[in-house]
Amino acid sequence: MASVHTLRQQRRVLPGFGLAMGVTLAWLGLIVLIPLAALLAKSLGNGPAFWWKTLATPRVAAALELSFFSSLAAAAVDMVFGLIIAWVLVRYRFPGRRIVDALIDLPFALPTAVAGITLTALYAGNGWLGRYLEPLGIQIAFTRLGVFVALVFVALPFIVRTVQPVLQDLDKEYEEAAASLGATRWQCFWRVLWPALLPALLTGFTLALARAVGEYGSVIFIAGNLPMVSEIAPLLIAVKLEQYDYVGAAAIGTSMLMISFVLLLGLNLLQRWLRKGRL
Amino acid sequence: MSRPNGALTESAWVRRLLIGIALAFFAVFLLLPLVVVFAEALTKGIAPYFEAMQEPDAIAALKLSLAIVAIVVPINALCGLCAAWAIAKFRFAGRSLLLALIDLPFAVSPVIAGLVYVLLLGSPGVLGPLLREWDIQIIFAVPGMVLATLFVTFPFVARELIPLMEQQGNDEEHAARLLGANGLQIFLRVTLPNIKWALMYGALLCGARALGEFGAVSVVSGHIRGQTNTLPLQVEILYNEYQFQAAFAVASMLALFALITLAVKALLERRYARELGHH
Repeated sequence: MASVHTLRQQRRVLPGFGLAMGVTLAWLGLIVLIPLAALLAKSLGNGPAFWWKTLATPRVAAALELSFFSSLAAAAVDMVFGLIIAWVLVRYRFPGRRIVDALIDLPFALPTAVAGITLTALYAGNGWLGRYLEPLGIQIAFTRLGVFVALVFVALPFIVRTVQPVLQDLDKEYEEAAASLGATRWQCFWRVLWPALLPALLTGFTLALARAVGEYGSVIFIAGNLPMVSEIAPLLIAVKLEQYDYVGAAAIGTSMLMISFVLLLGLNLLQRWLRKGRL
Repeated sequence: MSRPNGALTESAWVRRLLIGIALAFFAVFLLLPLVVVFAEALTKGIAPYFEAMQEPDAIAALKLSLAIVAIVVPINALCGLCAAWAIAKFRFAGRSLLLALIDLPFAVSPVIAGLVYVLLLGSPGVLGPLLREWDIQIIFAVPGMVLATLFVTFPFVARELIPLMEQQGNDEEHAARLLGANGLQIFLRVTLPNIKWALMYGALLCGARALGEFGAVSVVSGHIRGQTNTLPLQVEILYNEYQFQAAFAVASMLALFALITLAVKALLERRYARELGHH
């Protein structure tokens, strides 16, 4: 533990704390905190009852439900495929590995509007993939499934990029020890690797979820945006704003932030619990 | 290297299966969309492709997008640098809260990032009447778009620098101090050379996101052609007017920027892995 003495000394030795802190707080306050406070003030300014009344319409409830459930589903699917991709990238050598590795971040670098129109061109009834899926009775574009597919695209890098470094740093010794004690490959994975990977997977899931819930650009083109069916919460905020329903927009905004906050808090607690080795 | 052991590697068919799954997922979800952007842009041939990119509205959108990047990246880089200096080099009460608050914009939907500024600075907002009196228009104009972009790209530089600067510690700065260097000299001659690649890396990600931001900018933009349209907004407008080929032509320009970003990012990661503090 660093003593108070060394802390003071450190502060004295290096200059610029006051200036750096001042700039940081001003920047944070002006760009993030004050505007967010304006959102809270607007939505809760008329009392919680009024806030609840704006929220408890079927259209808003449907949008929130769609946003959160499709995000959970997309993050869960990405957790499986993201783990496989991270595993393959770290453990195996195959032609094109470096290109695959570099392009994993594409959903992050590609503007969401571009992703949106591209996914629509892929999955629309006459699209590149849609024309083969439609005869099979699978309709993706302009349905809830379209929302899910767009979110799977958007959230993938978050899982791969959190699991990959952990997998890279994992010491082979533990696996070797398990193997020398007679464990099969499956036991080795399940008992040695899985517990080490699970916290990273959960962190990735959390990041993926946070991103997916708020996603707008890549979803609105492919979703069709039918109220009560395929309309996501962020789009409903934009719709309310266009109708000059500022209180309604603010109410959906705060409820999204609150639900996200509770979800992220829960996942963080689960993470802490895992780190203590209770699961 | 130990002899291949049943418990240390997967059998050949498991390996092939996993690589197959990873590559198939990669091909469908990442590679195919990338191909589609360019293929759709070129459906009518080369000439209309370049014509679409030379439309006055597209040029104006490109200029506005680049102008926003040129304002946003330096501000967030400089303030992120200050935040990293304060957080990584000093210990103070509320430090982890400050860290969490800096990361906050990543957990907020881009649409909400736009919404908060409408509620603060727009006509229904807290400061709306005051701004109207002074005849200053921020919302539905370029300043609002800059603010919304500042919000969504807020954490990039800071979260790249903070872990690296923590890892590097204060020893070199303390040594410089003992040798009589002043604050500015310490920063310019000791700290900055140690973090310059990470700073570039953070700025690159910040710039890429600023260039492609859609949701936040869409909420606060007036959608005035040639004036408040960025490239992603121009893509949406063309697409909604059923000018698909032109929309994809502009989109392909953004996709090209995204690919350049990924290439530079991969290059920095490979060449300067140690300087970036990424393994």
